[in-house]
Amino acid sequence: MKPRNIIRTAGLSCYFIFIVLSFALGFSPGKAIGYNLFSFSLDMLKVLPCAFILIGLFEVWVKRETVEKHFGEEAGIKGYMWAVLLAGTIVGPLYVALPLAYSLHRKGARLAVIFTYIGASAICRIPMAIFEVSFLGLKFTAIRFLVSIPLVILSSKILGEYLAKGGYQISDGTQVTTE
Amino acid sequence: MYYLQIAAGLALLISFIANREKTLKAVKISLKRFWAILPAFLSMLVLVSIVLFLIPDTLITEYLGSGGKLTGVIIASFLGSITMMPGFIAFPLCGVLLEKGVLYMVLSAFTTTLMMVGILTFPIEKAYFGPKVTILRNVLSFFVALIVAVMTGIFFGEIL
Repeated sequence: MKPRNIIRTAGLSCYFIFIVLSFALGFSPGKAIGYNLFSFSLDMLKVLPCAFILIGLFEVWVKRETVEKHFGEEAGIKGYMWAVLLAGTIVGPLYVALPLAYSLHRKGARLAVIFTYIGASAICRIPMAIFEVSFLGLKFTAIRFLVSIPLVILSSKILGEYLAKGGYQISDGTQVTTE
Repeated sequence: MYYLQIAAGLALLISFIANREKTLKAVKISLKRFWAILPAFLSMLVLVSIVLFLIPDTLITEYLGSGGKLTGVIIASFLGSITMMPGFIAFPLCGVLLEKGVLYMVLSAFTTTLMMVGILTFPIEKAYFGPKVTILRNVLSFFVALIVAVMTGIFFGEIL
């Protein structure tokens, strides 16, 4: 085992021992943390298997040429548009967007477009926006969209092009690419 | 409500009818990817469970309602960055705060950083992007959120 894995395993073990002891001894802060863990794990279990199934299907069915055409170098400005549309309509939270970002990267999407997709998936999910409008008003949401989307595209472009020069690669999650 | 589950189920079924081998391969890829990222997910869950205990919703409500314009925006963006809350809790909460007289720009700073800046998701993002890029991306997002908050303030006549 690598040193960092040992540290992680040790940390996780301590955490779980703490939770179990808290329940056994009735330590209420520990129990509250345990309940938090349980409810968040449940939320993620509802989403993650489905998301990863869709990613697996994406990997086998979507051709590299299709991704390159819409999200790659040749796509130009349209690439950003597709990224925002994909983010707005399809997937939810960051932890679902990230594995898809890796798949897009593998199939030839440009880094700037991928960062746009990640940024946009945080701010312009349509179902969430509808909810937002009903509580804070259309003007609030409209300002947020109109200001943040261009800024997300701009910052993604700068970050993506800067990293592309250095030959940066997105990792599959098992190892860390840049230390 | 369950549209992701329905979509995944349907897609899997259609794929299976179209081509069994490819579908099997897809499921294998899904499992492999999921397994690879699982330790990072566990780290995130542990982090989330602890931070949400330390910073409950009541505390957030209390802090967002206090302070002036500048301090309000700074506190809001700080809270939005370190915590995690689904939209269906965050927006009603903001609706209540709005009625209490909290400024739009403060709510904007809170909701935008909540969505864009993820300190709690760091373990997962790091696994894909590496620590350097993760930090860089989140810092950039933080500034984008601040600009959004300031623009919100300007358009609602809260500053100038």
